[in-house]
Amino acid sequence: MTTTSATPAEKPLGDIGTAVKFRWPWSRSKYQLSFPYSIAALIGLIVFWQIGVVAFAVPDYLLPSPSGIARDISLNWKVLLRHAGITALEVVTGFSFSLMIGIPLAALFTYSRGFERAIFPLLVGSNTIPKVALAPLFLAWFGFGLQPKILIVALVTIFPIVINSVVGLKSLSPQMLYLAHSMGATPAQIFWHFRFPNALPSIFAGLKVATSLSVIGAVVAEFVGADGGLGYVMMIANADLNIARQFSAILVLSIIGISFFTIIAKVEKLLLPWHVSVRNYGS
Amino acid sequence: MNAIAPLPVEGRSFISVANVSKLYETRGGGIVALEDVNFDVGEHEFISIVGPSGCGKSTLLMILSGLLGSSGGTVKIKEKRVAGPYTDLGFVFQQDVLLDWRTVLDNVLIQAQIRRLPTREMEARAKELLALVRLSGFENMYPHELSGGMRQRVSICRALLHNPDLLLMDEPFGALDAFTRDQLNIDLLLFWEETRKTIVFVTHSIPEAVFLSDRVIVMTPRPGRIEDVVTIDLPRPRRLAVRETPRFAEHTRSITRIFENVGVLREA
Repeated sequence: MTTTSATPAEKPLGDIGTAVKFRWPWSRSKYQLSFPYSIAALIGLIVFWQIGVVAFAVPDYLLPSPSGIARDISLNWKVLLRHAGITALEVVTGFSFSLMIGIPLAALFTYSRGFERAIFPLLVGSNTIPKVALAPLFLAWFGFGLQPKILIVALVTIFPIVINSVVGLKSLSPQMLYLAHSMGATPAQIFWHFRFPNALPSIFAGLKVATSLSVIGAVVAEFVGADGGLGYVMMIANADLNIARQFSAILVLSIIGISFFTIIAKVEKLLLPWHVSVRNYGS
Repeated sequence: MNAIAPLPVEGRSFISVANVSKLYETRGGGIVALEDVNFDVGEHEFISIVGPSGCGKSTLLMILSGLLGSSGGTVKIKEKRVAGPYTDLGFVFQQDVLLDWRTVLDNVLIQAQIRRLPTREMEARAKELLALVRLSGFENMYPHELSGGMRQRVSICRALLHNPDLLLMDEPFGALDAFTRDQLNIDLLLFWEETRKTIVFVTHSIPEAVFLSDRVIVMTPRPGRIEDVVTIDLPRPRRLAVRETPRFAEHTRSITRIFENVGVLREA
């Protein structure tokens, strides 16, 4: 049989069979999160770090203790939050630009052979340019404000979005096209009822890659020259040898990155309940 | 149910295929997929095209529907020449080609959406059709939750939603196990006896073709051409038991012999 459907009883390969089943106290959904060993390992690492720093009396300017970082965050959370807002704004705006430009661009590549031949190799070639290296240039052109950061974020994220969208949009099977034609579907109907939904899993894969790149892009752009944002906080802290502050900023950055990724993953799950990457195999 | 007599072949011709050929250009030169194919399909007729893989039977079906152009000859449906996709039909493909992102009901309803048919009426009809193939209760499931046989039944419902006069089926049961295949054969016969749609059915199974059809077109490969057209005079309505009758065996034997004569089947 050539069917691609999985038997419902089939267990996903990635299932951690021995993981402890864990239910968040505030979670009322029937979905259980498995509480993997990796979280236990992370907690272990933090404890080990704290003990090590205290036991060997490591000075704060080399490596602050986790509790030192926590203290810094609790004392300065307002400042951190304000700068986190700036960075998040850059990330989201740049990402949105890339999304709005990237997907129509991918559709153009899919439909116009000439356009694809002319532009696609340039796009692929341009991906070898380290985009963050353009940051000083953008600083010179656009100043210290948000624009150069948004531009860098858009530049680093557009590549995975376009490539994955093109792959997705082109992956419509010939049979599916025949089916559409046998119904007398118009080109617009073929796009919206067949090609685009068929491409969504691939598009989301690209978006997820782009989320982590977007945070990197924003921070590096802020390193080069900024008057706000977590990258700016880190540069100031570095000049002051305030290592705890740098760790605080890194932590907040990670939270931004993880939240952004989680939001995209949730949207994917909402839009693509049918797809193999988000299927719930039950417990 | 009243007995259904096989239709006279010279009845009004629904599809007429004249001198159709198909050439594929490859780097090693041209490959003749179809050579000088001629036949007619009567209205309400159940006709099968049987032959081994590579004899061009699927290609022929694609040309009939206008999904594929021919290299020569003409196809007419209802006296009108087919140029470009002919859409007043239902097409069932070898793979079910269900849309993974739509539920069972929405997969059937895509036919209505694309054709801009009234949604409410069509939804009621879709549910009726699904009930007919014993898929009630599965409307809100996704294709990946269904077995191969269930998926193919959904795709048949989709092909029938807009109630077309013509149904083209390209080895629809080829990928299914023998039990599911028998069941779907019976379902298809019951459905055809009731609605008398014109059906062109492509298969590589001789017994399946004999069991279902009024006439069987026997095709041989390299180049793909029609070797013979066999009229199946088994009485209707037919049920599975007809397959044990001597007359059934005679038909399958005579078709098998055609393949032996051209060397497609060898027994030594």
